[in-house]
Amino acid sequence: MRNDQEKALIFEMSKPGRVAYNLPELDVPEVDVASLLPKHLIRETPAELPEVSELQLVRHYTELSRRNHGVDNGFYPLGSCTMKYNPKINEDIARYPGFAQTHPYQPEETVQGALELLYNLQEELAEITGMDSVTLQPAAGAAGEWTGLMMIRAYHESRGEGHRTKVIVPNSAHGTNPASAAVAGLETVTIPSDERGLVDIQALRDAVGSDTAALMLTNPNTLGLFEEDIVEMAQIVHEAGGLLYYDGANANAILGIARPGDMGFDVVHLNLHKTFTGPHGGGGPGAGPVGVKKILEPFLPKPIVAKNAEGMFYWDNDRPQSMGRVKGYNGNFGILVRAYSYIRTMGPEGLLQVSQNAVLNANYMMRRLATAYQLPYDRVCKHEFVLSGVLQKKLGVRTLDIAKRLLDFGYHPPTIYFPLIVDECMMIEPTETETKETLDEFIDVMLQIARECEENPEIVQEAPHTTVVKRLDEATAARKPVLRYQAQ
Amino acid sequence: MKYRYLPQTDQDKREMLETLGISSIEELFADIPEEVRSKGPIQIPEALSEPELVKYFTGLSNKNVNFSTHVNFLGAGVYQHYIPSTVNHMLLRGEFFTAYTPYQPEISQGELQAIFEYQTMVSELTGMEVANSSMYDGATSLAEAAMMASGQTGKKKVIVSRAVHPESRAVLKSYAYGQGVELVEVGINSEGVTDPAALEAIIDDSTAAVILQYPNFLGNVEDLATFEPIVHGNSALMVVSSNPLALGVLEAPGKLGADIVVGDMQPFGIPASFGGPHCGYFATTTKLMRKMPGRIVGQTKDENGKRGFVLTLQAREQHIRREKATSNICSNQALLALAASITLTALGKQGVQEMAMINLQKAHYAKQALQAKGLEIVYSAPSFNEFVVKLSKPVADVNKQLLNAGIIGGYDLGLDYPELAGHTLLAVTELRTKEEIDTLVQELEAITRA
Repeated sequence: MRNDQEKALIFEMSKPGRVAYNLPELDVPEVDVASLLPKHLIRETPAELPEVSELQLVRHYTELSRRNHGVDNGFYPLGSCTMKYNPKINEDIARYPGFAQTHPYQPEETVQGALELLYNLQEELAEITGMDSVTLQPAAGAAGEWTGLMMIRAYHESRGEGHRTKVIVPNSAHGTNPASAAVAGLETVTIPSDERGLVDIQALRDAVGSDTAALMLTNPNTLGLFEEDIVEMAQIVHEAGGLLYYDGANANAILGIARPGDMGFDVVHLNLHKTFTGPHGGGGPGAGPVGVKKILEPFLPKPIVAKNAEGMFYWDNDRPQSMGRVKGYNGNFGILVRAYSYIRTMGPEGLLQVSQNAVLNANYMMRRLATAYQLPYDRVCKHEFVLSGVLQKKLGVRTLDIAKRLLDFGYHPPTIYFPLIVDECMMIEPTETETKETLDEFIDVMLQIARECEENPEIVQEAPHTTVVKRLDEATAARKPVLRYQAQ
Repeated sequence: MKYRYLPQTDQDKREMLETLGISSIEELFADIPEEVRSKGPIQIPEALSEPELVKYFTGLSNKNVNFSTHVNFLGAGVYQHYIPSTVNHMLLRGEFFTAYTPYQPEISQGELQAIFEYQTMVSELTGMEVANSSMYDGATSLAEAAMMASGQTGKKKVIVSRAVHPESRAVLKSYAYGQGVELVEVGINSEGVTDPAALEAIIDDSTAAVILQYPNFLGNVEDLATFEPIVHGNSALMVVSSNPLALGVLEAPGKLGADIVVGDMQPFGIPASFGGPHCGYFATTTKLMRKMPGRIVGQTKDENGKRGFVLTLQAREQHIRREKATSNICSNQALLALAASITLTALGKQGVQEMAMINLQKAHYAKQALQAKGLEIVYSAPSFNEFVVKLSKPVADVNKQLLNAGIIGGYDLGLDYPELAGHTLLAVTELRTKEEIDTLVQELEAITRA
């Protein structure tokens, strides 16, 4: 199909009578449906689903895939999302019948391999983060945040301190942090960052008090900077009676280097789809395990996997103070399998090198790009960094335009306009799995775009030029929503 | 040790350090206080080579009884169904599974269009006007529906049927506690369905929503038509959790008055996978769509007037609204939504009806066959592909013996319903042959008589 044509919807390719499935004939005596179900509960109008042949199906989804950019296609420096390589072997392993073809309600003795895997993953994630116990149940990072905050709430309530309802977050925090606090029934207090791009310590001192439930922090923060006052911050929060929550979205910077548990954090969530090669799946599934220190163990969601004296693995449901259940069944098991395969592939030395190389790549890019773009916080970064497009804005080119121009060169752009505290922000995370050649090519393109902003801004302002569609009218999409296909 | 995912050579590193004007990578970590630096390596097992890795995980996998080693009659919310081969081939295209949320629509039209098609299929199946791009699973989708109903109506009481999946109720309880919503359960009658009289006794105008499951956890089909006037008569919202495959033969909840329909798309192309990842679906009315949680894809046009798709109605979401968002959900289950979408395309209009019908017929046959051998089928209410059998022995013991006969037995209802100790919930899908069903019947007869 040519690039400039519209892609038909699967419904538009449909023709009555075509099929792309094959079920065995009914081998039991057929009974009249009217004798099995009351008339008014028998479906009258069938769902209008597509009717296509198997080859049509394959071509349709193949064509859709060709209109999509993934890490397999090219560089994807989407800050805070850790778009690293997703190993193929992990996809194979997750599909082994003993994993993919098992039922969550099978008796424990029939799923010892699956339970052993989960148990090992719990233990090893606890070691990696410096925590005492881990739940694997939360389905994603935001679910992990909510789970962690609910445990913090249960902890305070168990001590007769239910009035501790304030969650302090820096103004650089991910949007999920305040949203998760809200759905945990807690209130957000936002504190500013200082000129270093780090939490303003005085503001933190002023914010804590007898109503403090927790400080929620990403470290390195969303500017890619390590909160170097972390020990003092932990002390301030703990002395006020609050707990520390670690948003693990940026854990790719610190594996084997510094553990949240050793920094003073009481709760940690990890995004296995980011740091531990998930994959991202076009938006999910994720997995957001949460690690806690001893004081919070009683409140973990139930069940967790335990091991008895005979070495048998079992579901520990005997947890009277548990906050309850946060997801059906055993979490996103398939993603947990992939993450564990990755951990076993890398080992302790490999994980350390992951973070070292991620940080080296980010600093290298930051330094070279700072020759053409403003670097708002000029200090060593961790696995990611932010640039500002303010110099280009003066020339009439917005960061959005620069992002769109990158599409013409086959790149996924960085995260843009986040964190909110940097004007015309671009947040760039190269990850450790990219070659120096890829980084150099991307840098050259970014420098070329900076020159274009000066010499030929229209080419940037009107980008993209090579994609299957041009910029889309998002305002109309929101004002007059068309959320499904309707036959003409 | 060589790491195949780490491409930087010593020379690459030297050149990069030179550009940075430093002599070692260690200098890049100088901002981390010494007192929090790890003093030694992480204490986890050493790295495995690829062949060692395969051997290790094959070993773990082989320790698990599974659907390829045993004949499965376990359901209870997670089902073993036919998955066309095409599904996996398409899912494994890296353009899909290595992408993230389609923030840049110009290079994400494939994913966006696939989700738009998925939303259409969910709307069609449920008989609702709009659907979102997916939730974590059926349980969290149900909990989010209750929270949305509370937010929409400004009321804090939610009534949930005891015939709703126990894990969904457990997740709902956690969400409700978080947001200060009061939960009240309504009981099950002798027919194995929600008791309408009991509902009438507890519902009032402070009720935000009533949650029913269709078919319910015991496999029985709730008569939504009898509940609709009770729910709407008290200006509450009707939330229906539904097995989407059942909707191939059952009337769409949207046609029976549902305001929000949720559930899990797992029966369509998603492996049981020890409980996840599956795919929560969420559908509602146009009136309520701006309160819906999660990502939503909309159709629009590009600068040249060409059709295209974008993430839309984002003013509801956490990255814009922060603490005022309708939900904190960010990552969802997009890849599984794609799996469901491909499966619904493969099955299509005819296949979904045919597959649902085979489930209905085979489960009915199994019921009759068990009854003929003197086993007690507990409920007389209509059912879809699951039903309850009363056993003369503890379910765990019976299942142990079934396992020896190569069969994964049903769900022990006594775990969640004390009054149903000794009752098993059996699922019969299109994958069970007559021969397998007959074997189950013989085994159950022999075990319970012995």
